Amino acid sequence: MIQALVLKVITKLMVGFIILFALYVQFHGDYSPGGGFQAGVIFAAAFILYGMVMGLQNVERVLPPWLTHKLMALGVIIYTLVGIYSFFVGYNFLDYGALSPAHPEHGQHYGILLVEFGVGVTVAGVVISIYYAFVNRSKTSKEDE
Amino acid sequence: MQSNSGRKKIESIIILALFIFLVISAIGVLWVKHLFAAAMFSGIFSFLSALLFVMLDAVDVAFTEAAVGAGVSTILVLGTIVLTTERAKEWKASDNLRPLLLVILTGAILIYGSLDMPEFGSISAPAQTHVGLTYLESTPKDIGIPNVVTAVLASYRGFDTLGETAVVFTAGVGVLMLLGGFIRTRSRRDRG
Amino acid sequence: MIGDTLSQVGTLLATHSIYWLFIILMMTGFYIVVSRGNLIKKIIGLNLFQTSVFLFYISIGKVTGGTPPILPMKLKVDDFSVYSNPLPHVLILTAIVVGVATTALGLSLIIRIRESYGTIEESDLLEINRKIFSRENVQDLQQGDLFKDE
Repeated sequence: MIQALVLKVITKLMVGFIILFALYVQFHGDYSPGGGFQAGVIFAAAFILYGMVMGLQNVERVLPPWLTHKLMALGVIIYTLVGIYSFFVGYNFLDYGALSPAHPEHGQHYGILLVEFGVGVTVAGVVISIYYAFVNRSKTSKEDE
Repeated sequence: MQSNSGRKKIESIIILALFIFLVISAIGVLWVKHLFAAAMFSGIFSFLSALLFVMLDAVDVAFTEAAVGAGVSTILVLGTIVLTTERAKEWKASDNLRPLLLVILTGAILIYGSLDMPEFGSISAPAQTHVGLTYLESTPKDIGIPNVVTAVLASYRGFDTLGETAVVFTAGVGVLMLLGGFIRTRSRRDRG
Repeated sequence: MIGDTLSQVGTLLATHSIYWLFIILMMTGFYIVVSRGNLIKKIIGLNLFQTSVFLFYISIGKVTGGTPPILPMKLKVDDFSVYSNPLPHVLILTAIVVGVATTALGLSLIIRIRESYGTIEESDLLEINRKIFSRENVQDLQQGDLFKDE
């Protein structure tokens, strides 16, 4: 792929920190700016960076396309399941008080964390899948020519 | 009071400066024929608008715009350029007139409509007095987390966000269907 | 009379000019969409238009002298702090992410158009379409002739 040593070394160093930052944004979203949408995109950016510098085969070994396709749906499922759970326990749909009936405030905390996690998983899955689709397309169209 | 008016003046100067840079990058997109340069200009536009979002107190939105608008959409546009073409076709100067008239007319109508809007930054504007205020007041009691934006996003308007997540999912599925992302994985697994 | 109008315009400039700035930005994006024939440029223009609408929407929620709607850590809100309206932020935050997802959809449509037509210029596409339609019309006419002969 690219024979740029500096880029490769820096990318290897950076990817871990980018993922760490994504997790921070994800789970600290209650207290500071951030949340599932931003965290998902930052998480995906780490993989996109790795794919751009190291080549698609290497990043697909870490996170294969079939997995990202499952992640896309998994996030929405997590979100909906939280809603359906509160439904069955006798609360309104998506009323997070159901998660901890003794302390509704704690329930809200858990609910927001779970729901934001679902959003993050979906967004990360969608962005990475779209990136894979674009790059795979360019590979096949070059083979066709 | 003195310091408040001084602060307001500095804020408006910063907003004006950012606006000038935004217009420059928008005209850059308009002017260049090389699509790579146009993509870069749109990335610059996104970053500058993220700064403007911070000036307007929307830190969460600024964060999202910097990550999504400047990062991911630029990458997607670059990917499209790789797959299609690098240069836009030359356009005739005579083609510019009718769109210009249309745009000026639309802009004039919008500015005329904006005259009825409440004053910028007014605390008694209708948008400030209803549900937004309620969210600010009841978040410490009901939810107990400091970031009101997250509280509204995930709890008060959780159903809305569920819909948005589903929209993102649907758009992702649409892209994969258009570009054949699903077919390739299945054939690869069949081979393996 | 003229003095009154001028002073009115002056107050409007002080209170409403920021909306006009965003409307100007919006119109720049709109101009790119309607005047440039390249489809990628159209999508970029649409993005600029969209971002300007977001800026306009957020500016409605701004309160003068306000701070971002993030409360202090221990949730001890004093009565003197002013927060901007969080509701526009929530709506626009989700709109940005949905916007990039739909942009990706538009871009993949452009890729498919390029693969089947070989061009992404609007004028060329219209030309090709016109040719295809006229050919179909000719075929229809010929088939009609055939039927008439029978």
